[in-house]
Amino acid sequence: MFSNPDLWKFIFGRLTWQDILPETIVVYTFIVVAIGGVAIVAAITYYRKWGYLWNEWITSIDHKKIGAMYMILGLVMFVRGFSDAAMMRSQQAIAFGANQGYLPPHHYDQIFTAHGVIMIFFAAMPLITGLMNFVVPLQIGARDVAFPFLNNFSFWMTAAGAVIVMISLFVGVFAMTGWLAYPPLSELPYSPDTGVDYYIWGLQVAGIGTLLSGVNMVATIIKMRAPGMSMMKMPVFTWTALCTNILIVAAFPVLTAVLALLALDRYAGTHFFTNTGGGDQMMYVNLIWIWGHPEVYILVLPCFGVYSEVVATFCGKRLFGYASMVYATIVITILSYLVWLHHFFTMGSGASVNSFFGITTMIISIPTGAKIFNWLFTMYKGRIRFELPMMWSVAFMITFVIGGMTGVMLAVPPADFVLHNSLFLIAHFHNVIIGGVLFGIFAAINYWFPKAFGFKLDQFWGKVSFWLWVPGFYLAFMPLYVLGLMGITRRLNHFDDPSLQIWFVIAAFGALLIGGGILAMLVQIGVSIARRDQLRDVTGDPWDGRTLEWSTSSPPPEYNFAFTPIVYDHDAWWDMKDRGYVRPREGFRPIHMPKNTGTGAILAALAVAFAFGMIWYMWWLAAVSFVAMIVVAIGHTFNYNRDFDIPVETVVATEGERTALLARHA
Amino acid sequence: MSSDAHASHPADGHHAIAADAPHGSMKGYLTGFVLAVVLTVIPFWLVMGNVLDNAVATSILVIVFAVVQIVVHMIYFLHLDTASEGGWNMLALIFTVIMVVIGIVGSLWVMYHLNLNMMPGMMTARPG
Repeated sequence: MFSNPDLWKFIFGRLTWQDILPETIVVYTFIVVAIGGVAIVAAITYYRKWGYLWNEWITSIDHKKIGAMYMILGLVMFVRGFSDAAMMRSQQAIAFGANQGYLPPHHYDQIFTAHGVIMIFFAAMPLITGLMNFVVPLQIGARDVAFPFLNNFSFWMTAAGAVIVMISLFVGVFAMTGWLAYPPLSELPYSPDTGVDYYIWGLQVAGIGTLLSGVNMVATIIKMRAPGMSMMKMPVFTWTALCTNILIVAAFPVLTAVLALLALDRYAGTHFFTNTGGGDQMMYVNLIWIWGHPEVYILVLPCFGVYSEVVATFCGKRLFGYASMVYATIVITILSYLVWLHHFFTMGSGASVNSFFGITTMIISIPTGAKIFNWLFTMYKGRIRFELPMMWSVAFMITFVIGGMTGVMLAVPPADFVLHNSLFLIAHFHNVIIGGVLFGIFAAINYWFPKAFGFKLDQFWGKVSFWLWVPGFYLAFMPLYVLGLMGITRRLNHFDDPSLQIWFVIAAFGALLIGGGILAMLVQIGVSIARRDQLRDVTGDPWDGRTLEWSTSSPPPEYNFAFTPIVYDHDAWWDMKDRGYVRPREGFRPIHMPKNTGTGAILAALAVAFAFGMIWYMWWLAAVSFVAMIVVAIGHTFNYNRDFDIPVETVVATEGERTALLARHA
Repeated sequence: MSSDAHASHPADGHHAIAADAPHGSMKGYLTGFVLAVVLTVIPFWLVMGNVLDNAVATSILVIVFAVVQIVVHMIYFLHLDTASEGGWNMLALIFTVIMVVIGIVGSLWVMYHLNLNMMPGMMTARPG
């Protein structure tokens, strides 16, 4: 049937049988994934949940459900990223001298690239976006985001990017270039396989989702705050979300542009970044870090917001220095654009350039330090409750300060010449990303989970997870500081000097503890679901919260607020409680809401097909799916049936149920 | 402490989209169109007619016309002024300009420095 090679090439591009499941270890992974996937599909079919999934989740434009889906995507990809990390740690712990370990360089290079790409783009970003999606509209007293359909579309584009990267695990190879795919290595002559193409298209598709959700969030926060909530009465988390999304809107187009230029080099034979054809690969490094440095603040700013909410709530005090917190956030937002060169001090700029960027980098630690002091002063003389979110916040303050100090060391150009590209750098950015971003996400998950699902997370397993994670982190990354100071560079899969092995063994043990922490976290979620009746939050305000989301029921009704609240203070809910707020029991009206739509999921599925076609040179597939995307998008604009009213009886019934529930537990 | 008088909430769907935004007039659009055409034709003429002998001067002039073109688009087609959306549009514009200037000036500075300092043997020596 396919005796004609031209026909095969036309239909399948450069895809051949050899590209599918190229390595034995991947075959085993595939078997496990396939069994798991079949089991899930079978279970959904058996319980007849496909309709429920499609109607209630996939097509949902409820910001709370989209937020939850982002979190699930982020956690799944986090586990994938961690398994890459575990493979690297175990490889480095054993690959000494005659022992080559179990990962050949060809495979090892894909693993460290996939680890970085997945952890930043498909674990941290969805987790952060998910948090903002869920929390921001509730905190500002809105019923949804500004553009609810766009929100659904953004989520599915992010998920589509994740799917494209995951396909590379089983079909073809992933990039072997490191997570930023520097040319000339990422150019066609040096990476002729599909790896970099998977990277480019995965990130381009997900990037559309990220950018659109950034636009959406900025519009939501600026236009849809409850009456009375002036900018300086916004909760700090909302402030940090605003700054993060401004950063997204300003920075992600740069990433899109630089990846588009790289794609042109690879597909159209241009010479933007080639060495030979008049291009300049250093321009790529320069441009990608103009995106890359704001990106780390995109990740960490919302977490600063989380700590602010958590510390104020669990100390039972107003946040110390609200205004300075806001200004520090704004200053960080601006400064984060002025430091990008510190990622390539060694590239060959002169002393004036390097010292300028070294100094701006050090300056950025001032507003960050101010924030740390604000949290400490909030805790000072507070009635601290050491619930799980507070524990993660304290772990953050200690860990992040260490990471910040090593960051200032790296900001000194002469020191950077010694330390750059070494394990010291690896230890530093894991120290700030795990200690800053991940701990913040864990605090946030424990803090807002009862709001999202109506029951608290189990404390015992949460503590197990905490006490495995935090020491695990220190054991895994402090040895890397030591090794980095001894001059060991990153991304090596084999070492000759046996005296180094002990440090890698300690690091691997730390990774093992972290693995236990992740496992305990999954157990925590499972146990909490099983015990949800004991852990039920009936009040809607389980932590004695301060911001508006705690004024709703847990989980909040579809429309969030039956009446839009009026805000007088930046701790709006605390202020309402203080003044003896009484929930309105009557006078409800029908509520105008947007309707679900499947367009977002369909467009994202077409985007996956388009990307797959581009990656494997199946030009017909790329063309057909691209045209289909445009047709579906235009078709969607003719859908005028996109809103409905929740009838007043439903609102009365929902609110009545809550009144009864509150009365029963009063 | 609650109110339903809050008219513009999220779910308002297709109605009341930017009702207060200015929509411009025929005259405004025509002025914008004529200006845009003039600002496009002049750079083309400069390049194709080889009007100036100096390539650098031509490039700078083309860039200047491009920047003016951007301003024309913003005023006549996007209806930006200092008051629209309660000043938020202006703030966003200023922020964008700062970001773009940082990106372009910074990149030029960095790349120029690299040009001076990298691979001394391969570059024509220039005063630094």
